[in-house]
Amino acid sequence: MAIEDKVKEIIVEQLGVNADQVKPEASFIEDLGADSLDTVELVMAFEEEFGAEIPDEDAEKLTTVGAVIEYLKGKGLSA
Amino acid sequence: MSMAKQRRVAIVGTGSYLPERVLTNADLEKIVDTTDEWIRTRTGILERRLARGDEVTSDMAAAAASRALESAGIAPTEVDLILVATITPDMPFPSTACYVQDKIGATNAFCMDVSAACSGFIYAMESARAHILAGGVKTALVIGAEKLSSVMDWEDRATCVLFGDGAGAVVLRESTDGRGILSSFMGSDGSLSHLLNLPGGGSRYPASEQTLKDRLHCIKMTGNEVFKHAVRCMCDAGNRALDRCGLTEDDVRWIVPHQANLRIIQAIASRLGGSIERFIVNLDKVGNVSGASIPLALDEAVRDGRVKPGDKVLLVAFGGGFTWGAMLVEM
Repeated sequence: MAIEDKVKEIIVEQLGVNADQVKPEASFIEDLGADSLDTVELVMAFEEEFGAEIPDEDAEKLTTVGAVIEYLKGKGLSA
Repeated sequence: MSMAKQRRVAIVGTGSYLPERVLTNADLEKIVDTTDEWIRTRTGILERRLARGDEVTSDMAAAAASRALESAGIAPTEVDLILVATITPDMPFPSTACYVQDKIGATNAFCMDVSAACSGFIYAMESARAHILAGGVKTALVIGAEKLSSVMDWEDRATCVLFGDGAGAVVLRESTDGRGILSSFMGSDGSLSHLLNLPGGGSRYPASEQTLKDRLHCIKMTGNEVFKHAVRCMCDAGNRALDRCGLTEDDVRWIVPHQANLRIIQAIASRLGGSIERFIVNLDKVGNVSGASIPLALDEAVRDGRVKPGDKVLLVAFGGGFTWGAMLVEM
């Protein structure tokens, strides 16, 4: 599965949103109805799925779907 | 040929105490910039109790202890050891346990406090168990008691909405019928101490005008990081405690987690694969009462009949230090 699809799948499951809402430019808090704890749980889910550690200072910048995908790709990770 | 029976330590009585004054989320809206909706959705807390100004931690601890002894049918003079888990002792020294001894008349006990923040009660249970199995102690009183209202920063809306006051206690004795503590797992990670602490008043930052100005005598917390570690450590500890006695999640009737945040409890429930219905939750009424949280929830569930003799109950906690632990108890 491509990294984009896995990220999307995790977001749909964690936030209970429709897959077509999960666009690269979508902001977790502004567009997908997440609160600050949802974003922590999302980061935890990404960490667990991709076997990566995402430090808090990085996590703070991952505010959109696209930012997460770019970040994970930048770390050389794959689903 | 019969196998040697494994010696176990059992909970033979429980008790708790909550101060009378209720502080609702609506009350908090008048104190700090927050809303009932924000507090409810982020924490699950609806109200918490606050001790009177003249009511100190040992008063609440003694009240909970007396109720636990009464439910066990044991006289205070039969108690050999008193452990109080607290981060809000009456004073830096002597121990709050010594004040409790005096207040309940447990003249034959030796007394000390346990410092492990929100994991303190489980740590104290583990310590009391070791004392009993070592043979020097027959009856132990283990208490979690907090007056967190005395160390809250009422200008920090991220933390002051979370905490409350209260106390819970259990009486421990060697089991005569095989029931009791079946297994446990405890962990600590001192490298993460900066994420959750109360910096002022110790040798690092002795009380001064500056420490008062910097609000160092209040609880400091980096919420997001704590959330992450709390969920993972409590799940891991719970699984390890179960592994150690060859049981699984399905053998557990009730889970009594540290009552910090409903969102943490929900995250644990989904990871452990269990239903939230199996979790004893009382934080909606009492908030996070740190070391008192687990014995308060346990006593409530014992008294209202949810937790019955023979039930396997998994206690899981996480707190500043970081400290964490789990304990599987057959009631």
